[in-house]
Amino acid sequence: MPEILSYLTMGLYFGGTLLFLLYLWHRSEVISKISLLATGLGFFSHTATLIMAMVSTGHFPIMTFKDAMSFFAWGLVLVFLMVGLKRGLEVLGAFILPLAFLSLVSATLAPHEADSIAPVFQTVWVHVTLSILGTIGFAVAFVAGLMYVMQERLLKSKQFNVLYFKLPPLDFLDSLNQRSILFGFPLLTLGILTGAVSAQLTIGSYLSWNSEQIWALITWVFYFAVLMGRVTVGWRAKKAAYLTIVGFAGVILTFVGILLKNHQPLSPL
Amino acid sequence: MNIIVLGLNHRTAPVELRELLAIQDSRMGEAFGRLMAYPGIKEAMYLGTCNRVEVYAVVDKGEWGFRQLEDFLVATHFSLSSEDLLPHLYHYSDDKAIAHLFRVSASLDSMVVGEPQILGQVKEAYELALTHRSSGVILNKVVKKAISVGKSVRTNTRIGEYAVSVSYAAVELAKKVFSNLKQRAVLLVGAGEMGKLAAQHLVNQGVKEVFITNRNHHRALALAERFHGHAVPYEQLGCHLPKVDIVICATGAPHYVISKEDIEDAVHHRMNRPMFLIDITVPRNIDPAVRDVDNAYVFDIDDLKAHVGQNQEERLKEAETAERMVREEVESIVAWVRGLEATPTIVALRKKAEDIKQGELEKIFNRLGELSPKERAAIEGLASAIVNKLLHGPVVTLKSEAQSQNGFAFIEAARRFFELQEREIHSGEAQILEDETSDVVSEETLPQKDGV
Repeated sequence: MPEILSYLTMGLYFGGTLLFLLYLWHRSEVISKISLLATGLGFFSHTATLIMAMVSTGHFPIMTFKDAMSFFAWGLVLVFLMVGLKRGLEVLGAFILPLAFLSLVSATLAPHEADSIAPVFQTVWVHVTLSILGTIGFAVAFVAGLMYVMQERLLKSKQFNVLYFKLPPLDFLDSLNQRSILFGFPLLTLGILTGAVSAQLTIGSYLSWNSEQIWALITWVFYFAVLMGRVTVGWRAKKAAYLTIVGFAGVILTFVGILLKNHQPLSPL
Repeated sequence: MNIIVLGLNHRTAPVELRELLAIQDSRMGEAFGRLMAYPGIKEAMYLGTCNRVEVYAVVDKGEWGFRQLEDFLVATHFSLSSEDLLPHLYHYSDDKAIAHLFRVSASLDSMVVGEPQILGQVKEAYELALTHRSSGVILNKVVKKAISVGKSVRTNTRIGEYAVSVSYAAVELAKKVFSNLKQRAVLLVGAGEMGKLAAQHLVNQGVKEVFITNRNHHRALALAERFHGHAVPYEQLGCHLPKVDIVICATGAPHYVISKEDIEDAVHHRMNRPMFLIDITVPRNIDPAVRDVDNAYVFDIDDLKAHVGQNQEERLKEAETAERMVREEVESIVAWVRGLEATPTIVALRKKAEDIKQGELEKIFNRLGELSPKERAAIEGLASAIVNKLLHGPVVTLKSEAQSQNGFAFIEAARRFFELQEREIHSGEAQILEDETSDVVSEETLPQKDGV
């Protein structure tokens, strides 16, 4: 049953992704309604999958790479449904849904792990959850940045096409970008701190300078600089958009690195 | 008698010159006094907008009239000489002058064809002429007709829809940069018609603050009052740029008033907060190189037109329809004006009397049967005497009064009393024209009073 549901979820997200991408180039608003429906149903079955896994294992499914990616996808879709429906910005789906779908795919492709590893300490569980939530923030910032760059190009080149009409205003995208980082950054900070505490508790040292830790710290410093740059030297608008795109590319590389290196459960930082 | 127009517009003269020729409301009385003091000028109307300054007049002799109007315009500003002015002036007479006024009124001569203000401005110019008693029989008829043609072009073609949508496109575009215009400050540079229209659309959206600057500070003050904004000295344009999010440039200057460096500085001061600039004039007032400045978005009139996305062909078709309507109306009014000459009126009057006389004589001869040549001559003599004596008074009066200030009124009266005109020219026109003067030219978007 959970397998069927997770395939159903993936299928629905895939359908939603395709329809949302189609929606970008077509004037019809009907497409977006259908893709919203597909996404909503997908989210429903996704949630059901997560609950079932929780019931069967007795803890929230987040401790394996697979589970982490699935939770990441779930969080992204949740953000989309909240922001997109509230603001009537179905166009966000064309950017968030592919990301969510790809995360689910990568979760499926990830080697099967023993999924009943209970966290040794509560801190590890907290650490992973916080880090993923933080990453969701950066992912949304990335999507906002990507849309910003696209809309910016359309405005500069004066192409008033369907995409131009569908993409939201620049200042909305810039503020979504900023708010997403403001949401993600404290969570990442707490995630790193709890990770360090877990490391201290499990292996006896706060920092062991492995590549994941170094990447996490680089990511932290990068987003800190992005936030500070906005206030001090005006890293906003186009610059902020590019920076968050670059930043998230770094985040993805970290994930890929973890995936390639660790054919094992997520190790605490 | 000739109807003439002498003037300059956005195509023939730079804004600096047009501004020099602008007459302030307070000095309008004096100007009309000066204008009507020229001996050859019988009627006159002054039409001054940002994009044009024109004097329409009814004069005895076209050549003289043009010289007098030129003299009048040169004397408007102490720093002007006829050498400055002459290369920029255009002049038309009679049917061409009428056609020009009709085209102006129908907004076919505007910078943005179909813009709605010009009709109101023609109306105001006419009211001004009425106030200063410079309009007479001919201008009354011609200008009222021009207003009615302008109105009919607006209602029967889609020409106006287009201009409104062009200025509204500025708002639509601004909304792609700023989601909420209520937080935004706008700077209006210059006082071009489309600029004001775009600014009005933005004000309607509830922008936070409006700054207005103009080379002529009085105009800036007047516009500031209208938009509930702040007038800013023109020299301080640069230091106000960083404060505003939206700039609308409509000065009509033949050069750039905002350079790439200005905007680079402004965006830098704004810490990269985006700026949105609309350059609504031709030639452009904002250096197109501004588009290379990050976070500055500049759009000119062509971009706005593209945003409206209206079919070029369709637009041309609408303009063509409008031109045709204008041509038809010009023909009928020209026929009416021609009739107002004294000589043709007298000729027509004599011909009419002669026709009646001949008709009646024929009837009476048929009824009386055989008559001797003597009897025939006596009857014919009687008829001729009656006709000549009856016509003597009117003809003499027409000849003498034709040269006076009210001459056309006499001629017009004579033509009506003796039914010398083709029916169709009169048909109910008086009533239509009454309606027009009481009816405010419909302008959904802008208040009527627009002295600039």
